[in-house]
Amino acid sequence: MAQRHMTTIVSLTLLALVLLAWEILPPALEVPRFIIPTLSDCLVEFQRMWAFEGLWAHIVSTALYTVLGFAIGSLLGAVLGYLLGMSAFWEKVLSPYILALQIAPKVAFAPLFIMWFGYNSIPKLLVTVLIVFFPVLVNVLQAMRTVDRDLINLARAYNLSRFGIFWKIEMPSTVPNLMAGLRIASTLAVIGVTVGELVGGNTGLGFLISYGGGQANAAMVFNAIILLTVIGFVLYSALVRIEERVLHYLPKAHG
Amino acid sequence: MALEFRSVSKRFPTNAGEELTAVQDVNFRVEEGEFVSAVGPSGCGKSTILSMTAGLYQPTEGEVLVSDEPVTGPNTHVGFMLQKDLLLPWRNIISNIEFGLESRGVGKDARRERAMKELKHCHLEGFDQQYPYQLSGGMRQRAALARTLAIDPEIILLDEPFSALDAQTKLLLQNSFAKTIAEAGKTTLLITHDLAEAVLMSDRILVLSERPGTVIADIKVDLPHRDEPIKRRTLPEVADYAAQLFKLLKLEEKAA
Repeated sequence: MAQRHMTTIVSLTLLALVLLAWEILPPALEVPRFIIPTLSDCLVEFQRMWAFEGLWAHIVSTALYTVLGFAIGSLLGAVLGYLLGMSAFWEKVLSPYILALQIAPKVAFAPLFIMWFGYNSIPKLLVTVLIVFFPVLVNVLQAMRTVDRDLINLARAYNLSRFGIFWKIEMPSTVPNLMAGLRIASTLAVIGVTVGELVGGNTGLGFLISYGGGQANAAMVFNAIILLTVIGFVLYSALVRIEERVLHYLPKAHG
Repeated sequence: MALEFRSVSKRFPTNAGEELTAVQDVNFRVEEGEFVSAVGPSGCGKSTILSMTAGLYQPTEGEVLVSDEPVTGPNTHVGFMLQKDLLLPWRNIISNIEFGLESRGVGKDARRERAMKELKHCHLEGFDQQYPYQLSGGMRQRAALARTLAIDPEIILLDEPFSALDAQTKLLLQNSFAKTIAEAGKTTLLITHDLAEAVLMSDRILVLSERPGTVIADIKVDLPHRDEPIKRRTLPEVADYAAQLFKLLKLEEKAA
């Protein structure tokens, strides 16, 4: 317990020092505020954005599309992962293409999607879905390949149907990997939405980054980046909480 | 219910495109209520024999019979246990014990009742709500036995269930398994490489040759206390039987 207090105290002290340096150093080194705005500049700009730029609507929009893209992308990734995991044939047939798509930089598809679907919310949703899809797919597929054969034989000896084996053995066996995939995907979802908003559209924090950049308003860009980080952090933390609940049966490293 | 192997051979295709004969012309019969062990060098096809009895795959030649009926697939008469406990880590102990009953149309309340009864048989009272990681290796194996007994199989197959345990736990567990199985009157086939274990627990011992495995000796263990290996252990004849097995497996020559 004392150990935990200690880490919290050191961690917060470090944060305070960084914030202090951020406030004091740029003016001391005569860095102009359109290059590096200070903490107070950012806070002032935050108030202005809140009052005059409709910041709340931008935050809500970005958060919404992050969660939506994450949900759709992970659902598709998980479903395809399980389907391919049950068919060695189709896995072999499709695996080179999956690998190629996994390596391809997904964010580069954003301009293409705008050409196809126009300046609306579909392109950013698609980029997010695409970027989230692969880590979930790959993690589930990997887990399906490594399910304990003896457990499956046990289930077969107990006369479980193919679906029963999936539902009672394979599915629960793969949950730890699925959760790991979802955690990776949650951090990528924010990137997907941001890129989508940067490239096209007039809403969201990604849009505020390109808008602020165009006006040499570095404080606005700083604020948008911080808010994007917060959104990603909240999503990630929520997943960690869910994971702790779901995987309660795994022995914990720290009692 | 009796178990019988009639001229059973099993060949597997290898990656090199050749065939590997795991077992060759295996013949034996385990009578109802009998406890028979199979010992042999590693890779002699002991586990192949077990898998064919469980109906996980079919012999290439010959027949496996349970109660004089050929085994054609996984069936309700046979329950098996491996060295690994194969408990599902995401289920607590009681629902692990219920696992085998779920695909047999047993109602929820009846399942819980049966599982609770086996939990008691296997001396795990009070652990029903625990998860497998919270139990010791010996207790997990007892839970696996409870799961096997819950489906009320006529034949129990044990594939080295004690080999991962420390010496003391092993003795205690052998004793409690022997007692539980004798009380339930189950026909049992134990696969093991522990010669002493075979002598302590069985009515008969089948000695298998190196691959391709075949039965080279069938020894009747004429000693009392089959249901209490800890008592049987103290009999002087135990060493003679072990020596006989030692000789049959040509362990001395191999050591030289």
